Amino acid sequence: MQTPSQTTSMAETASAPTTPRRGFVAAILTIVVAAAAVWAAQQGLNSYLVTLLALLFINAALAVSLTLTNGLTGLFSLGHPAFMTIGAYVAAILTFSARRKGSMLPGLPDWLASTELSMFPALLIAGLVGGLVALAIGWAVLRLKGHYLAVATLGLIIVVQGLATNWDGITRGGAGLSGLPRHVNIWWALGFLVIVVAITWRIKYSSLGRAMMAVRENELAASCSGINAARLKILAFVIGAVMAAMAGALLAHLISVVTPKTYSVLLAFNIVVMVVIGGSGSITGAIVAATAITVLSEALRPVEESIGLYGMSQVIVALCLIVVLYLKPGGLFGSGEPAFVRRLFSGRKTQ
Amino acid sequence: MNQYLFQQLINGLALGSLYALVAIGFSMIYGIVRLINFAHGDLVMIGAFSTLALVTAGVPWPLILVFVLAIGAIAGMTIETIVFRPIRGASQVTGFIATLAVSIAIQNSALMILSGQPRNFLFPAFMRQRVGFGGVNASLTDIAIIVLTLLLIGGLFLVVYRTRLGTAMRATAENLTAARLMGVAVNRTILAAFAIGSALAAVSGLFWGGKFGQIDPLLGFVPGLKAFVACVIGGVGSIGGAMLGGYILGLAEVLFVGLLPQEFSGYRDTFVFLLLIVILLIRPSGLFVRQTEERA
Repeated sequence: MQTPSQTTSMAETASAPTTPRRGFVAAILTIVVAAAAVWAAQQGLNSYLVTLLALLFINAALAVSLTLTNGLTGLFSLGHPAFMTIGAYVAAILTFSARRKGSMLPGLPDWLASTELSMFPALLIAGLVGGLVALAIGWAVLRLKGHYLAVATLGLIIVVQGLATNWDGITRGGAGLSGLPRHVNIWWALGFLVIVVAITWRIKYSSLGRAMMAVRENELAASCSGINAARLKILAFVIGAVMAAMAGALLAHLISVVTPKTYSVLLAFNIVVMVVIGGSGSITGAIVAATAITVLSEALRPVEESIGLYGMSQVIVALCLIVVLYLKPGGLFGSGEPAFVRRLFSGRKTQ
Repeated sequence: MNQYLFQQLINGLALGSLYALVAIGFSMIYGIVRLINFAHGDLVMIGAFSTLALVTAGVPWPLILVFVLAIGAIAGMTIETIVFRPIRGASQVTGFIATLAVSIAIQNSALMILSGQPRNFLFPAFMRQRVGFGGVNASLTDIAIIVLTLLLIGGLFLVVYRTRLGTAMRATAENLTAARLMGVAVNRTILAAFAIGSALAAVSGLFWGGKFGQIDPLLGFVPGLKAFVACVIGGVGSIGGAMLGGYILGLAEVLFVGLLPQEFSGYRDTFVFLLLIVILLIRPSGLFVRQTEERA
């Protein structure tokens, strides 16, 4: 897990704060500009493009949340789709119309079958359940290192998929839950992205983030300097899982359907590609790469359909990854943020 | 012996043979270059579709077996030369991501060329008949799979423990730098390990098609992951362990489906991966290998 850029990231976090308020103002201004852009997009673009934009925001949020787990803390987890599936099903069961729920999902207990929540509480509960599952799994799995952790979390995806497919009474099996209320629009997606980025940014530039990076660089040395590495790893895993579960819930209510196969291993791969291409640990990189990959695969889709070569866009994404690993193994931005982004938002002087 | 139990046993051994063939290659590659090769499962798919193409072309069966071995070896060597050799020396995680990328690229290229439609794949009729002995019977396909697998594994052990190439492989697995200093052509040895492992995986693809009767471009993914589980059971990096792990996994899976009530059979893969997590927690170095490397 050694990338050449990691030394610079440590130097960058050590620089003294000058005007924290300026960073806050810059962040608010950015959000206002983004909101204005979204409003303009809603006026000017057709609904397909607006949905695509919402998808892009959620993908970016997913990549940023994985940056926290994989990039900052160095846990190579592929489990995001598992937590997304959990979050999506929890939220879907909660928001589903109470009139149809009893007959469609006979396995539900009565109190669940008669509740019908709105999106916001359902989203919070989805995140909570995702976090609790991550806590239980993390306690067991986080003792593993490197690719052992990767395979165990890959296995977790298959375990969750198997449960979703076979637990008919609660999940309606392979057919999945369709006709979910379309509670989520682009504003939800933007809001979610802003919150995820804000939290990740705050963590990265705090003592907690520095402790995470210390664990990534050398767990033994970090433990020796008084960091509780085990607790920190579980914390990073759980925060990532909560964000993933919420993203899964949002996505399900954006496209109004969730099936056991909606969030697959392929998705895990794509999110990891976003993190690796952006540079593991770089929030800017994750957002840039998520944008590039979402736009690239959507742009290639009509090409794929017209020449009948399904799967081509995914091959291109995989080849892009191999080329990046080959030429720039640390990713586009390494572990840090580009200088102008850092200057703008943290209000700190850069060396 | 009770026919039902016998049938389950044969089934488990045949399935275990398929896993063992994939797991051995997986383990050889890991042992030498410390790379978890996710593209390894896709060689099963390549083997299955090559068999289908050769059958359609009218090649006789014994020759098909030889051709499939050769195709698997060539595919494995190509992947190693083009992708893995340039990034050798990068971190474990980089290597892992690269193999994942190769796997996704192979799967989707196959989807592009072959379409996602499953194809029927049948062994000739005489292979599908059942042979009986002593009051029990089993399908000839299963028996052929078990016997041929044992022969192939026997051949592999001869290569690994009785030839110069095998000695070079074991030396490289033990310590790559030291082997290079002793004059072992390390790159050629690694290439040979990829060739042998991939050839075995491709043959398991041939068997896979014969046993299950249907093949599709994504069929390699789950066997690839399960081969990893088999390796973990036996201890990653050990050839004998991978073989035993494959058989244990095959038998455990069949017993899980055969002995529990019908409604649990859908949970088969869930069971396998829960088993993986449990074994990684209790015996991270596998059931048969003494603790040597830090995994947990």
